[in-house]
Order: sequence, then C-alpha cells, then structure tokens
Amino acid sequence: MWVFLTTEVMFFGGLFLGYAVYRGSYSHAFGMASEHLDIVLGTINTAVLLCSSLTMALAVHATQLGTRKTAVMFLLLTILLGSVFLGIKGVEYYHKYDESLIPGHDFHFENADPRHAQIFFSFYFVMTGMHALHMVIGIGLLALMAYWTYAGRFSPEHASPIEITGLYWHFVDIVWVFLFPLLYLIDRSGSM
Amino acid sequence: MSEHIIPRKVYFTIFGALMVLLAFTVGIAYVHLGELNVVAAMTIAVTKALLIILYFMHVRYSFRLSWVWVGAGFFWLIIMFALTFSDYFTRDWLPVPTGWK
Amino acid sequence: MSSVALHRDNYLNVSYGIKSWLLTRDHKRIALLYLMSITLFFFLGGAFAVLIRLELLTPAGDLVQAETYNKLFTMHGVIMVFFFLIPSIPAVLGNFLVPLMIGARDLAFPRLNLLSWYVYTIGGIFTLTAVVMGGVDTGWTFYTPYSSTYANTHVIATALGVFITGFSSILTGLNFIVTIHTMRAPGLTWFRLPLFIWSHYATSIIMVLGTPVIAITIVLIAVERAFRLGIFNPALGGDPLLFQHLFWFYSHPAVYIMILPGMGVISELVTCFSRKRIFGYEFVAFSSIAIAVLGFLVWGHHMFVSGQSPYAGLVFSFLSFMVAIPSAVKVFNWTATMYKGYISYDAPMLYAMGFIGLFTTGGLTGLFLASLAVDVHVTDTYFIVAHFHYIMVGGMVMAYLGGIHFWWPKMTGRLYPEGWARFAALVIFIGFNLTFFPQFVLGYLGMPRRYHAYPPEFQVLNVMSTAGASILAVGYLVPMLYLIWSLRYGKAAGANPWKATGLEWTTTSPPPTENFLEAPIVKEGAYEYPPGAPSRDEDEKVA
Repeated sequence: MWVFLTTEVMFFGGLFLGYAVYRGSYSHAFGMASEHLDIVLGTINTAVLLCSSLTMALAVHATQLGTRKTAVMFLLLTILLGSVFLGIKGVEYYHKYDESLIPGHDFHFENADPRHAQIFFSFYFVMTGMHALHMVIGIGLLALMAYWTYAGRFSPEHASPIEITGLYWHFVDIVWVFLFPLLYLIDRSGSM
Repeated sequence: MSEHIIPRKVYFTIFGALMVLLAFTVGIAYVHLGELNVVAAMTIAVTKALLIILYFMHVRYSFRLSWVWVGAGFFWLIIMFALTFSDYFTRDWLPVPTGWK
Repeated sequence: MSSVALHRDNYLNVSYGIKSWLLTRDHKRIALLYLMSITLFFFLGGAFAVLIRLELLTPAGDLVQAETYNKLFTMHGVIMVFFFLIPSIPAVLGNFLVPLMIGARDLAFPRLNLLSWYVYTIGGIFTLTAVVMGGVDTGWTFYTPYSSTYANTHVIATALGVFITGFSSILTGLNFIVTIHTMRAPGLTWFRLPLFIWSHYATSIIMVLGTPVIAITIVLIAVERAFRLGIFNPALGGDPLLFQHLFWFYSHPAVYIMILPGMGVISELVTCFSRKRIFGYEFVAFSSIAIAVLGFLVWGHHMFVSGQSPYAGLVFSFLSFMVAIPSAVKVFNWTATMYKGYISYDAPMLYAMGFIGLFTTGGLTGLFLASLAVDVHVTDTYFIVAHFHYIMVGGMVMAYLGGIHFWWPKMTGRLYPEGWARFAALVIFIGFNLTFFPQFVLGYLGMPRRYHAYPPEFQVLNVMSTAGASILAVGYLVPMLYLIWSLRYGKAAGANPWKATGLEWTTTSPPPTENFLEAPIVKEGAYEYPPGAPSRDEDEKVA
C-alpha cells in the first residue's frame, strides 16, 4: 500500500504542480477567485475529514484489540463523516453552478481577468473532483471492510486489511489538508 | 505493519492538535502577510500531514522501508517542482520581446 | 530426452481450456498471455510503419493525404511506445522469470498480475477502437493546444486507452518491487541476484514514480477537451509548456522503462555466452539504479526549442550528459566480460552483440542531442527519429528477441532451429542499419520529421531506408514462423540447454506450476561459470 500511495503522491503532485505554476503567474486572479469559495463550508469540511481520520485510526485500534463491535462502529462513523464531506462538497459545487463559475459552461467573472479565473476554477474542480473520486472509492472500501469486520473476518493477528484501508483513507485526508489552504485561503486578508 | 498498538489517548491528542492547527490556518489567512501567507499555510499543512503520517498512519513505529517509500514520493515531487520551476522562474532573465505572462 | 511430447506435468499441460488460461494466477501463463497481446500490437504498429515508409518512397505526398499521414505516424508511435515497448520485456520475460530467478513460487500478488493483463488489454481495446474510428493525428506526444483544443480526431478515446494501460504498468511495477524485496530464496542476498532482477527492480521504481504523472496529464487533456477549458491553451491564459513539462516528466523516464529491462537481458546473455562472470557486478547493479534516478532529472531536453527558459535548458543539458555515464559503464562492463571469454555465436548472443553496438551508437547520438547547440539544429528532424530508433529498435527490440530466444526452451520446453535463428538475427541487423542509418544523414541534412512530402534531393536516402525496412520486416516475420513451428516440431529442451547459471535453469523446461519441486537454497553469487573450456555438449544444444 505504501508503494501505491507513492504513486498517488505523484498523481496529485502533477495537479499541484500545474496549480503552483499558474498561481505564481496569475496571483491576483487566483486570489480574487479563491474568495468565491465558501470558507465556512470549507473549514467545516476540513474538520469533518480530520474527524474521520480519527475515527479511522480508532477503528484500526479496535481491530488490533479484537473488539469487533467497536471497530464496526468506528468504520461506520468514518463512512458517515466521509459522506457528510461529499454532501457538503456537492452543495458547494451547486453554489458554483448557481454563480456561473463552472468553467466551460457559461462562466462569468468580474473582479479579474476571467480567463485566469477560469483556470483557477478548472484546477479547483479537477483537484477537488479527483479528491472526491478517491473519497468515494475509499467509502466503498470502508463499507466492504465494515461488512467483513462484522462477519468476523479480522482479528488482532489478521488486521492488516483494515490497517491498509486506514493508510489509504489518511492519505486522502492529507491531500485535502493541502488542498484546503491552497484553494480556499489564498488571500482572505483582502490585500490583493 | 508494526505490532505497536498506540493508546487511544495519543490519537485524541493528535486530533486535538490537528484541530488547533486548522483554526490557526484559517485565522492566519485573514492576516495580511503578503508572500509569507502561502509559506505559513504550507508550513501548517506540512505539520498536519506529518502528524497524520507519523501517528495515524503509524509510520513512527514502522519499518524503515515505509519511511523510504514515503520519503521517495515526496522527494520525487520535489524534483518535479524544482526542475519545472527552474524553467518558469528563469524565463524573465533573458530579454524576450513578448513573454507569455 | 524424448523429442516428441513433454511428458511431465508442467504449467502448460496442467490444465486445458480457455478458462484455465483467462483465469490463471500463474505468472508463467500470464507472461504468455502478454506475449500474445504484445506480439499483436507489435505487428499492428509495424503495419503503420510500413505505410509510413511506403509514403516516403517518393518526395511527393502521393500515397496518403497529409492528415492521414499524421494519423499514421501518431498511431505508430502510440502503439509502439505504450502497447509494445513499455510492457514488453517486463510483462513477458519479467513476469515469467522474476519468481524463477529468485527461487519463489510466484509473484507477491498473483491476482493483481492477472488484473494487470486485463487492464492492459482493456486499454488496448480502447485505443484500437479509436484507431478503427479514425485514429488520432496529434503525434504520440499529444502536444497542446492542438490535442486539447483544436484537433478533431479521437484524442480522448486514445488518451483514455493509454491512461488505462498505465495502470497495468503501475501494478506490474508494484508486484515486482514487493516480490523482489520479500520473496527471495534463502541465501539469495541482494548482491547475489542476477542483474536481470536488478534492472527490473530499477524499472519498477520508474514505473511506480513516473506513470501517475502521465495519468494526471491525460486526465487534464481529456477534461480540457471535454469541457473546453484553457489549462494548456494560450488563448485562454494557459501554458502549452506546462503540458510538455508534465508529459515529459513521465515520458523521458518511460524510455528508461523500455531500455533497462533490455539491459538486464543483455547482462544475462553476455555472461552465458562468454562463459564468464560479469565484469564489475556492483557497478552494473548500481548503474541500473542510477539510470532510474537520473532519468527523472533530464526531461527538459525534449523542450530545448519549445520556449523553455534557456537557463533551465542549461541545467537539463548538463544532467542529460550525466545520465549517459551509467549506461556507458554498462557497455564497458559487458565488453570487458566478453574479453578473454569463450564466445559462442548462438542466436541470443548475436542479438546481444547487435544490441551493444547499436545501443552504443544510439546512445552516443544522444550525447549530440544533449548539447543545446546541436539540438537546436537537428531537433524535429530525422536525426531524432534515427536516434531513438537505434536505441529502441536496435537496442530494446534486439534485447527482447535475444531474451525470447534464450529463454524459449525454458518457457516452452522446445528448442528453436538455431540455423534459422542466426539467419534471422543477421537479416534484422542488416535491415535495421539500412533502414535507420540513412535517417541520421537525412536529419543532419535537414529533413523534418512527421512530414509526408520532402524535397527531391532526399529521395535516395529515403528509398534506402524503405528498402531496409522491407528487409527488417522479413527479419521480424521469420522468427514468428519458426518459433511457432518449434512449438510442435522443435526438439525437446532439457532443463538447461545453454548450461547457464541461474535458478531458472535448475528446474525443468517447462517448469511445473509451482516452479520448483524443492525450494532452492542459494549458496553462491550469480554467474559462477566454471573457469576453463566451455562444458556444453554439442548434442544437447542444436536442433
């Protein structure tokens, strides 16, 4: 799984690179565009994901101790929190649609060069979209793990599938930890 | 994977630290620091990531080989960034009639 | 040794029926599945090459229209690079031999291995569908903004095919890394491993670290095309060079994915057919790793004239010179191995020697290209085409054929006809040089690549090149024929017809499904050929 996560680092890394290049060149437009992202929802989402990492770690912990029911509970909690995240993300996407900020689809932007802002939003949607896709896959994995835990498949000696799922989930969380400030917090002090 | 089972208290402590860092990151975004804003944000993000990696992902207690792979991924990312930016940062050094910017 | 049926229970006859092959977890069967798919793609890519060379017989663009020609060279490139060169040796020889060479029963994740073949095939079908629907004309490099905005061919379908197949690469690499780390036989320390394993390990590192970047690049192109964005389109504020950075960050290491396994094969062939230990084992092993690492640092040399900052160009140029060093180390060491060895000129050795000569030529011309001043003149000309074909075809394909011949007895339990094999190797060598050497001259004289018409003064060299291509085609067809022939009529091979060292030769030919009847224990290093006269019997060897 570690080797696989390395591939994921490079995968998202390419997106971060593209983002960094354009942010350096279009810092004004990016700053302006970033203010259109809902910081409240974004912060809540970050908190939700960090919580889900906690519940995930606790699920692994419970499996290592052999407390099956606790493990299932924490896995289900993780799924719940993950779904809340996705739900909030969906709401945000819908807001963008309402505000005509979907690139390539009737895009309007006032405070800066609209082409540059469109590039910002292109990266926003691709990066958070990729992230969301990974979350969906993660939730699927978690559901499978929850079912198997409930069916008694795991034990303190055989806990690695849960641990490995945990690694994946934490990784997806870490990607968001970087995405959040880069997308939402470019310039909230109104200096640009 | 490691055999070391981390006590629950540690997880909760790390979680607390992560939330504090989150509040910090949002707060500092509202302070005008110019170029340093992104430095601050990234420093906090890296700190959070390290906490998650070391404790939630058990790397602190893990075989060295995992460290190697974690390190390799980030090292390669740095290579990609560094060499690409060697292009972008130095484009202005030569007088060109119309830069792409 | 009976020359009719292979009576023992081995991985080939342990079960019959198409289901037993399509649902197999045996790495050896999966290797053969790959062999079939890869051969198919090789000949398909070759067919496009035939059309290209036919068009270039005459200066006028008279065989096909310009747009069609663009599709021809694009499809030739896409198929050859992504569906032949990158998988070939790792997927066929690597899959077959890695467990055998380390004394393991199978790879670490046999089901992932099968999945990786299916993923490859599905990606291939996607791309084939795109071909059938009309193909792509952007060049295999998919440069933007043409590919992302202006092309009206099936870019997304082809790109998706490549994206899917990329996962096959990642899974194979992952499998090899874990297998080599964890499943070596007792006593098989890292420095006793065959160099074939070292080179596959290095290749796997590249696969794992590089392929995801092209994956995301393809995603971005597809998204940009589908939603009419401007990430790489200057008219909308994008930067085409960003695409090139992202694309070449993978695609340069990709060429090392292609050549490193070939180098591993050559190490095996040169030692066996010189009856000598490799000269400088650690140097060769470490240079594989060095190539893998340094290969990631040089991608900008594909972009010297595209608007990249010249200062970045300086850095990339310097690093490109550096990456030649480990390759040179290997060539010296192979040559030194052959020195005062007992050379025998069996077909695999002919391929190996061809490799050493042609790869060196291609590699040296790479040094010309690494120097900025020369590259400015010859980039996008046939000089580049000749350079990479020397390495890929003169190098990699020769290594692949050499490996296939060398391990054919192990894989099939049959010997191929040695006379025909040597003949084919010679035909390939001659055909290859006649095809591609004129292209160095053409490029130097200024003929651009990817053009279907050219000034009449270039015709003689082009005709030579096409003539060479026809000879090369014959050279590739002949092994197809006799290898298939040998499956039924070839003499039965013993466990070790070449009297080579290596764990794979200690088991039967073909091996049983579990590879070894008893788990091997390793007590000595690789390539411990006994000193003195060669000990091979003439009887056992030739068909």
